[in-house]
Amino acid sequence: MAAISPENHGLRLAVRYAVLVLIAIIFVFPLVFMVMSSLKPDQQLLADTSSLRAFLPVGDVSLNNYTKAFQRAPIGLFVLNSVLVTGLTVVLCLLICSMAGFAFVYLNWRGRDLILSVVLATLIVPFETIAIPLLLLVSKLPWIGWEGITIGWLNSYRVQIIPWIADALTIFLFVQYFKGLPRELIEAARVEGATWFQIYWRVVMPLSGPVLATAAILKFLVMYNQYLWPLIVVQQEQYRPVMVGLQYFFQLNIAWGEVMAYLTMITVPVLAFYLALQRAFIASIASTGVKG
Amino acid sequence: MKLKYFVACTVAAQTLTLGAAIAQTPLTIWYHGAGNEVESALINQIVADFNASQSDWSVSLESFPQGAYNDSVVAAALAGNLPDILDVDGPVMPNWAWAGYMQPLPLDEAVIADFLPGTKGYWDGQLYSIGLWDAAVALVTRQSTLDALDLRTPTLAEPWSGDEFMAALDAAKVSGDWEYAFDPGMAWTGEWYPYAFSPFLQSFGGDIVDRSTYQSADGVLNGDAAVAFGEWWQSLFTGGYAPGTSQDPAARDNGFIEGRYAFSWNGNWAALNALNSFDDTLFLPAPDFGNGPKIGAASWQFGVSGTSEHPDGAAAFIEFALQDEYLAAFSNGIGLIPATASAAAMTENYAEGGAMAVFFALSEAQALVRPVTPGYVVQAKVFEKALADIANGADVVDTLDAAVDEIDADIARNSGYGH
Repeated sequence: MAAISPENHGLRLAVRYAVLVLIAIIFVFPLVFMVMSSLKPDQQLLADTSSLRAFLPVGDVSLNNYTKAFQRAPIGLFVLNSVLVTGLTVVLCLLICSMAGFAFVYLNWRGRDLILSVVLATLIVPFETIAIPLLLLVSKLPWIGWEGITIGWLNSYRVQIIPWIADALTIFLFVQYFKGLPRELIEAARVEGATWFQIYWRVVMPLSGPVLATAAILKFLVMYNQYLWPLIVVQQEQYRPVMVGLQYFFQLNIAWGEVMAYLTMITVPVLAFYLALQRAFIASIASTGVKG
Repeated sequence: MKLKYFVACTVAAQTLTLGAAIAQTPLTIWYHGAGNEVESALINQIVADFNASQSDWSVSLESFPQGAYNDSVVAAALAGNLPDILDVDGPVMPNWAWAGYMQPLPLDEAVIADFLPGTKGYWDGQLYSIGLWDAAVALVTRQSTLDALDLRTPTLAEPWSGDEFMAALDAAKVSGDWEYAFDPGMAWTGEWYPYAFSPFLQSFGGDIVDRSTYQSADGVLNGDAAVAFGEWWQSLFTGGYAPGTSQDPAARDNGFIEGRYAFSWNGNWAALNALNSFDDTLFLPAPDFGNGPKIGAASWQFGVSGTSEHPDGAAAFIEFALQDEYLAAFSNGIGLIPATASAAAMTENYAEGGAMAVFFALSEAQALVRPVTPGYVVQAKVFEKALADIANGADVVDTLDAAVDEIDADIARNSGYGH
C-alpha cells in the first residue's frame, strides 16, 4: 500500500473539493437562475437562457416583476395562508405523531404491533388514490363553529389542516427514534412515580430535539408544497395557498419574469425554516448514522 | 314617546332591509380569469352592473386561475358544491353536461341568433352554454415575406391549396432567410394540439371521431385521408420545415417576431404582439388540403350548473352579459373575437377595416367546432399524443390505428357516452 504523502493528501483534498463544488453548483444554480431571472424583463430573460448571463444580474435589471406580481395576485394572502396552514399542521403533527410513537414504543397494549404494521402499510398508498374519497368525506363532515353546527368542511383552513395532522412517516420517525432512547430513563421515571404523560412530556420530548427537527422539516415541505388537496377542497380565494396561487401567473402569454419573482418570494419562508432547523436536522441524520 | 318612535322606525327599517334581502336571491358564478387583471375587471364590472340593474338576483363572483379551473369544478361537482353559473371551455361542455355538472340553458334562441356558431354550445339537441367571444387561428406572416418569396396572397374566397402551401414553405426553406419555414406551435402542448391541428386533419377529409355516430374513430382517424394527413404532418418535421416537439416555449412565443420563422400558425390572442412588431403583418386563412379550409372554434362560455336551483336567475345573468357593450369590452380588453357582428363594429380591432377584422371573417367562414361529445376530453389527449409521436418519427399507420383503438375502447367503456 502506498504511503499518503502531503502531496497526495493535497491532491485528494483538491479533487474532493472540486466534486463538492460541482455538486453544490448543480443544486444552487437553479436558485440563482430563479432569482436573477426575477429581475429581468421577459425578452431579456428568454434571450439569456442560452448563455451564462442567465445566472448573472446583467442587462436591464429591476424589481418591476415583483411589482407586477403583487398586482396580479394577492401574494401576501397566499403566503399567510400557507404559513398558517403549514405552521399549525406541523405543530399538531409533532404533538400527535410523537404521542403515537410513544404509545407504540413504551406502552403495552393488545394489538400494538398489528396496528403499527397497519399504520406503516399506509406509507405505500399514494395520496392521489384517496383524494376523492377523502374529498367526499370532508364535504359531509359536521363542524361546530361561530355559526353553530354546519355541514361540510370545504373552503376553510381546517380542511387543509386536520386531514394532514397524523401521517405514517412521522409516526415511523418517532418510533425509530424512541426505540433508541435508553430504557433505563423510562424505568427510573416509573419507579419515581411519574405518569406516562409526565414521562412523555418531561423525559422523552426534551431528548427528542433532532427527530422533532427532522419531522418538522419534512412535514413543512409536504404542507408548504400542497397543491392537489387545496385545489379540490378550496374554491374561495381567501383560503388559497401559495402553490395554487402559482397558477395565477400561467395565462395564455406567460409572464416568466413574474413567475420567477413569485417563486423567489414563496421560497423565502422555506429557506428560512430550513436554516433555522438545519443544525438539529443534521444532528438527527448524524445520530441515526452512528446509532448502536 | 321618543322611544316608541325610535323602535317603530327601527322595526320599519329592518323590515325594509330584510325585504330587500329576501327579494334578492343570491347566485354564485365561477370564472376562470384569476390572475388576468383585465379579464377580472371586466367580469367584475358585468356582475356589478347586473346586480345594480335589477332587484331579483344578487350574483357573487369567485375567480379561479385558468390552469386549476377544470379540476376545481370536477372536484366541486363530486362534493356537491357547484355554483349556479359556470364558465366552461366549449369542447369540454358536452362532458360536463353528460356528467350532470350542467343543465340546459333556458335562453331564448332569438337572443343568440346573430352569434358566431362557435360561441353556441349545444349538447343532445339543447343549448347548454353560450360564449361572449370566440377564438380563431390564422397563418401569420408578413407582406414582405410573400413579396420576397414571390407568393400570391391567399384570401378567404381563394385560400392556398395544400400544394401552394407546401410550395410556400419550400420557397421559404430554400431562401435560407429563416431558421424554419413554418412554426405550428409544437411547444404549446395540451388543448392547442386538437384545437389547432385537427382542422388540418379535417381539411384532408379525416376527423378525430366519426361525427355521424360518435361511436368510433375507425375509418376517420385511420382512413386514407387521415393517413395522408399523418404523412404530410410528419414531413413537416422530417423535411426540416418546422421545429418539432422539443421546441422551446420561448421560441414559440417570440420566434416569429424575432424573424426566426417565415409563417406561424397562431391565434388571434397573439395577433396584437405581431401587429405591434411589424407594420406589414398578415393573417392568412387556413390552406385547403382538399376538403375545405378549416380552423378550430369555441372558447370559454357560460352555462348553468346541474345543481343550481335558480336556472332562470342564472339565465338572466348570462343574457345580461351577452350585451354588445360587454362583448366589445372583452374584445378590446383581451383581444378575443366578439360573438356578434354588431359588437365587432364597436371594437377597435374587429370593426370593418380593423387590424384583426380578418379573424371575425375567418371564424364565420372556416370555423369547425371540435367533436361535440363527452368523450372529447379523452379523444383530445389521444390525438395530442398521436400527433406528437408522428412528429417524432413514429409509424403513421400504426400510430393512428393505436389512437383509434384507444378512443374506441374509451367510448365502449363509457357505454357510448349517451349518444
